[in-house]
Amino acid sequence: MKSASDLEKLRKDILAKRDPNRPAVAVCVSTGCEALGVKGVLKAFEEEIRKQGLEGKIGIKETGCLGFCEKGPRVVIYPEEIYYFRVKSTDVQEIVSKTLINKEIVERLLYTDPITAQKARHLSEVPFYKYQNRLLLDNNAKIDPKKIEDYIALGGYTALAKAIFQMTPEQVVEEVKKANLRGRGGGGFPTYRKWESTRDAPGEPKYVIVNCDEGDPGAFMNRALMEGNPHSILEGLVIGAFAIGSHEGFVYVRQEYPLAVENMDLAIKEAEKYGLLGKDILGSGFDFKVRIHRGAGAFVSGESSALMTAIEGKVGEPRPKYVHTSEKGIWDKPSALNNVETWANIPFIINNGAEWFGSIGTAASKGTKIFSLVGKVNNTGLVEVPFGISLRDIIFKIGGGIRNGKKLKAVQTGGPSGGVIPEQYLDSPVDFDVLTKLGSIMGSGGMVVMDEDTCMVDVARYFVNFLCDESCGKCLPCREGLKQARKILNDIATGKGKEGDIEKLQEIADVTSVASLCALGQTAANPMLTTIRHFRNEYEAHIKEKKCPALVCRGLVSYFIDPKKCNACTICFRNCPANAITGEKMKIHMIDQSKCTKCGTCYDVCPPTFRAVQKISGEPVPLPIPEEERLIKRVAKDKSD
Amino acid sequence: MTMDRIDNIINKYINEEGVLIQLLLDIQREFNWIPKEAITRINERLKIPVSQIFRVASFYTALSLKPRGRHLIRVCLGTACYVRGGPRILDSVERTLNTKAGNTTSDGKFTLETVNCLGCCALGPVVEIDGQYHGGLSSANIAKMLASCN
Repeated sequence: MKSASDLEKLRKDILAKRDPNRPAVAVCVSTGCEALGVKGVLKAFEEEIRKQGLEGKIGIKETGCLGFCEKGPRVVIYPEEIYYFRVKSTDVQEIVSKTLINKEIVERLLYTDPITAQKARHLSEVPFYKYQNRLLLDNNAKIDPKKIEDYIALGGYTALAKAIFQMTPEQVVEEVKKANLRGRGGGGFPTYRKWESTRDAPGEPKYVIVNCDEGDPGAFMNRALMEGNPHSILEGLVIGAFAIGSHEGFVYVRQEYPLAVENMDLAIKEAEKYGLLGKDILGSGFDFKVRIHRGAGAFVSGESSALMTAIEGKVGEPRPKYVHTSEKGIWDKPSALNNVETWANIPFIINNGAEWFGSIGTAASKGTKIFSLVGKVNNTGLVEVPFGISLRDIIFKIGGGIRNGKKLKAVQTGGPSGGVIPEQYLDSPVDFDVLTKLGSIMGSGGMVVMDEDTCMVDVARYFVNFLCDESCGKCLPCREGLKQARKILNDIATGKGKEGDIEKLQEIADVTSVASLCALGQTAANPMLTTIRHFRNEYEAHIKEKKCPALVCRGLVSYFIDPKKCNACTICFRNCPANAITGEKMKIHMIDQSKCTKCGTCYDVCPPTFRAVQKISGEPVPLPIPEEERLIKRVAKDKSD
Repeated sequence: MTMDRIDNIINKYINEEGVLIQLLLDIQREFNWIPKEAITRINERLKIPVSQIFRVASFYTALSLKPRGRHLIRVCLGTACYVRGGPRILDSVERTLNTKAGNTTSDGKFTLETVNCLGCCALGPVVEIDGQYHGGLSSANIAKMLASCN
């Protein structure tokens, strides 16, 4: 394409060839649904449509993730936009015959509200979606990420055309500044400032980078965007490059996301084919090319300076930032790096204007944010909400509350650099600054809900262990301090905790946070500090009473079989990997505490009707009952009557 | 034969800057590990010092300097999987395979690794077997899945 009108013409041509009333089925083929077997469902649709001779009459579309992975595989029936969840290949014939041909609803595949038992046909009726504002994620259900035409049909790349033909680079930066867009990768740094300083920095060439090294365990919003709508990210990137004066960009994707790599790779090729990337974009004279760089699995490489050294093909270690990467980044050239979500916001801001963008969110945090709501919550998945919504609304209205009727203990935000926020702060509005005030961070948007069965010492131990493994080792306080913290936490969790351990952890936290180069070390203490601040009593119970109140820490729990409840069914006996259980049919089972490895298998397999296996902590295991009392006397039914 | 395969991969990256990680990832995908021959060959052809190749190969978890088994089992221990019982799944796999995470079984059939997050957080606990993701697992059904690997 050689001009903005070519793009508009193409869009009209694509739309003219499409019949909006043609029945079609859209199947989510992202990683989540794939793990639940969506490939089989897709094949079944193809076969069924062929079998019924409906090829060409019914369309099949492979789309990206809508975030409610829990209820996958998910399909949408167009044009009515009926959503079916948990679809199996055996349901396909019925969907084709009933819904696609006869416009009847297959009731059992609709979403059922667990509380009101109401069925929902459309997305807007499902509570999980009702309270969201899905600016970025909505198109994932409408677009086949492998087809650029789908994105163009929805007005894709019009923002790019607007930016390069109707605006100057300065105006683009000004618009992003007025929109007050802040970086979605974690820090919340104003995007325009990165752009401005990269543009003004001396040195050529300048680079722009998409950061999709989503290393935060428990977060997958970048994956969903890159798998489901790669062109929106590309469009944002090209606009940014135009504003900054960059002609070369990188998309850094972690290799754990093979589908994201595949879709982005294809998106780049397609955009080049249409003249939306490469030389002389849309005939404007502006050149820009993009390369993909796969990350090889290192959490620290998500840090901007480390990521840039990784792109150079070296070990991805951070470096001091008194010289900003916007001045000296990749190969010491000015480089602007933004998160996937930040880039995806750009086309919306350019198309709709800063004022419109500013109408969403709070005074200091504008727009929407995608959170990865996971853990012990009923509805898990990706949640896109305007800034300012309360944590309680996210967890209870969207997330549907805590699983199995348990009580909420805390919510962990921001990944390993974040902290836990206890129940009493749940009404706080979610924005960059409020979460920081609570001792946690926004991070990239991980939100792990924890219930009363989660041990806070264990949580701290998990994160410290994670960071210890991922520390690159460059700064001593991070490398050695975290190792010591891990040892102390391991001691506490196994009953070897001593008075003064908590203070020692706090001291380590103080030093690591001020004497480390990068954010990994600087924030490594957050999980420890926030758990100590809000749940000090749990630490003390571990240290003083040798008790894990949540019954999690292996070294502090014991299992025993309640003789009054045991029915001698031999299930635990057969499943015990350590052969620590004695017993036989009609003989009450017992656990030999000296052999027990506390793996918890017996606890899991004991039939719920008996619940004979008990888990205890901080109290002695009851003595075994005498041998003669172990025989169960059952009164046999007299069949002679 | 091996050398041809290595050379074919290197050929894609001639005259490009900053390619070492991409190149090693391709070698890893082709051979399932980074053989010594590959390191010396990259050194010879691209003039990258062996020490630098080793440093990169040993820094990143996706690159393995030891041969891997025929099946790669990766147990996710990301936060979401962790709070939903990921460690118990790992225990169970370790018992079934009689090997610890980070090792390969003595018959060369399985390599067991842990991974920090596969991005399937809503389905935890998740295990990846030979590139296929399996969600919502329990210690009981993971053993069955392992038994079905040839």
